[in-house]
Amino acid sequence: MESETTMATMIQTENLKYAYPTMEGEAQIFALQDVDLEIEQGSFVVVLGHNGSGKSTLAKTFNGVLLPAGGKVYVEGMDTADEHLLLGIRQRVGMVFQNPDNQIVANVVEEDIAFAPENLGVPSAEIRRRVDNALAAVGMSEFVRHAPHLLSGGQKQRIAIAGVIAMEPACIVLDEATAMLDPIGRQEVLSTIHRLNREKGMTVVLITHHMNEAEDADRVVVMDNGKVAMDGTPRQVFTRIEALRNTGLTVPDTVDLLDRLRKDGLDVPLDALTVEECADAIVHAVAVK
Amino acid sequence: MNGRTEDCPRRHWESAAARKEREDLESILQIKHLTHTYGVGTPFQRSAVEDMSFDVYSGEFLGIIGHTGSGKSTLIQHLNGLLKPTSGQILLNGKDIWAEPKKIRDVRFQVGLVFQYPEYQLFEETVYKDIAFGPANMGKTGEELDHCVREAAKLVGIRDDQLFKSPFELSGGQKRRVALAGVIAMEPQVLILDEPTAGLDPAGRENLLANIRDYHRNKQRTIVLVSHSMDEIAQNVDRILVLKSAHVLMSGTPREVFARADELISAGLDVPQVTRIAMRLKEKGLPIDPAVYTVQALEQELLAARKGGAPC
Repeated sequence: MESETTMATMIQTENLKYAYPTMEGEAQIFALQDVDLEIEQGSFVVVLGHNGSGKSTLAKTFNGVLLPAGGKVYVEGMDTADEHLLLGIRQRVGMVFQNPDNQIVANVVEEDIAFAPENLGVPSAEIRRRVDNALAAVGMSEFVRHAPHLLSGGQKQRIAIAGVIAMEPACIVLDEATAMLDPIGRQEVLSTIHRLNREKGMTVVLITHHMNEAEDADRVVVMDNGKVAMDGTPRQVFTRIEALRNTGLTVPDTVDLLDRLRKDGLDVPLDALTVEECADAIVHAVAVK
Repeated sequence: MNGRTEDCPRRHWESAAARKEREDLESILQIKHLTHTYGVGTPFQRSAVEDMSFDVYSGEFLGIIGHTGSGKSTLIQHLNGLLKPTSGQILLNGKDIWAEPKKIRDVRFQVGLVFQYPEYQLFEETVYKDIAFGPANMGKTGEELDHCVREAAKLVGIRDDQLFKSPFELSGGQKRRVALAGVIAMEPQVLILDEPTAGLDPAGRENLLANIRDYHRNKQRTIVLVSHSMDEIAQNVDRILVLKSAHVLMSGTPREVFARADELISAGLDVPQVTRIAMRLKEKGLPIDPAVYTVQALEQELLAARKGGAPC
């Protein structure tokens, strides 16, 4: 449907295509082919896909880091290809990348986090408030005067996320931002962005290949070969075992176990995604027996 | 050959100590009271490794796991002499690696270290030259060098037609294989891998781990795998060393370690998803061994429980 973007749409792509530059004489390979996606304001969307599926390319079109080779990307109705709108677009959609070392600019944690609001001309008392809130949101308040290069990888990534949060964007896009973190660091980042989503209504687009990060999402989009291969709730997507394996992704252990037990004749549902749900479903089935 | 039987779950059931006794494994690396302190005399003084002692046995596949900041990276950089202990010793084949500081280069040939994101260290014009860099520096030439390069490439799944491409034309996963081959080509006695699968997708992770398992099986060489994925460690290693704030918290087979899952969780570590399901089932009164860590093993436990018999 070719409708105008409404207030409820955060990001919309229309027939989006992208091809990376190639050497002369080489055929163009499209990293994105005719992607139509609408991301609603306030939603928590996880984009999954194997390496080379186009998921990171897609993320980079969301705030104009990459511009479409064909089709359009709109952020709250603003066309990312319109250079005059780019600054506004980047204030609405903040991006966190995989490697925190590439996005930390200052020698002191609080200065790094203040960088974006300073550039936006935010008054200094307000900057102080935002820096403190952003650090609290990522659980790094005690490091306010530390040097970023002396922090661990996980801590640095939380500083990078705080830097984006301090800009108070409407949407935060995390491009494999948890890939370099350990389980606790990953959990801290995830609960942080879930809280921002829940309490501040911030739209979250999380690009990852950790399936378990998608458990609590509103929506899961699976990319394969530059196209949207699957799109639905976590329950809908993760129970399509064959389709998942065909796109090079693994099935969550919970669903794998339930699938095996069903084949063994146990009456359990397939869509008990979390550890708790899965265990409870098994206990229930065994008790009925 | 020490009677290792691949894919036999039984081997995880015996304690590391029992295995050591039965198989009489020799220590290849001995870490004795190792302490490393950063920033001595500054306000940032901090010991990343403190009085750590353990052995790495010849031919074993050892997993090292620990929370960020637990000392993993500092520890492994001591094992091939990149860092010098503040106090304590590292023995390689019974000899202190710092006994003759000028010969530390030899230690680096014998203990190969593959860093995190090793693909950023590729620099040569072709895959072949990049893999040959290490062994050529060891003095290998001609056919011997060619053999090393081709064998290492084969072990990590690089095809012959990729050898003369630029490494920068390859995908991320393939680049990482080239970097791994570059270390394997030096034929180190001990291969240390720091987070080898970080940033790879599930299929890429599994492929790379399969290459590493093949290398271990075919070459019978010692491997130390550093990871923060408990699932990855559980599925691959013979023995796990768990680090917590600069100390060794526990050491044992995956089964022994996961039997103490509560302690792992309170140390800020993850336990495999399957173990967490099993723990909850046990809590709810099912006769399940909570130390299982594969989907298949838990399925078997449940089938046994359903029949009303004791788990086999």
